[in-house]
Amino acid sequence: MPNLYADTIAIVNKSAPYGSANGQESLDMALALGNFAQPVSLFFIEDGVLQLLGEQQSHKIQHKAYHKTFAALEFYDIEEIFVCRHSLTERGLSASDLAIPVQLIESAALTTQLATYRHLMVF
Amino acid sequence: MACFTILVTSAPFSEQSAYSAYRFALAAVQGHHSINGIFFYQAGTLNANALQITPSDEFNLYQAWSELNLNFQVPLMACVSAANKRGVTSILDAQESDQIHFSLQAPFESVGLGELATLISSSDRLVQF
Repeated sequence: MPNLYADTIAIVNKSAPYGSANGQESLDMALALGNFAQPVSLFFIEDGVLQLLGEQQSHKIQHKAYHKTFAALEFYDIEEIFVCRHSLTERGLSASDLAIPVQLIESAALTTQLATYRHLMVF
Repeated sequence: MACFTILVTSAPFSEQSAYSAYRFALAAVQGHHSINGIFFYQAGTLNANALQITPSDEFNLYQAWSELNLNFQVPLMACVSAANKRGVTSILDAQESDQIHFSLQAPFESVGLGELATLISSSDRLVQF
């Protein structure tokens, strides 16, 4: 069976927003790769799911509201956005708390899916 | 023989990762694998800061990267936007922002993230440190 994801880059986000620049620089990376017609899948796991929350007031801590840019992903043809259901549940959240539509993925399926990518980055 | 792209997202000195990246890169080229580029992103761009002064009894990673480029022609590319935010600036960027000083020079290159897309698409493996 051909691997549909062999030429796609997986970007795994596991950091909460603002405490580090990981989230913002990961999104910059995704948009740049998308801009260069490089297929990208995004994964949000562990504290990374917090980046997607719809209600964020980052200006109060002198941070750019980069979460608003997630809505632009579809214009860069980045439509595969996987969010770990377990990580959401663990934090008392559900998909309706998130700023953009995502695909929820179970822990077992997550590892199987990640194993299909040849190239992977973690932020 | 495999072709690698190496992504360095960790700063020198503060963490071990960038040193591990150098050791991996050196082992790869000595083992006759190829590296089509070492791309520095996030705090990893601090590796490209030419103004680092390393104590004489400590390993000079900046010099080691430079020698890797000199001896094995491995391109050293720093993401321009991530680098500029951290004060790692080429003479051109410094002039455009009316800054007196600059801190990025050859053999490091200041490039856009698109260069990384090109590197990855022509490599077998991306390895991040």
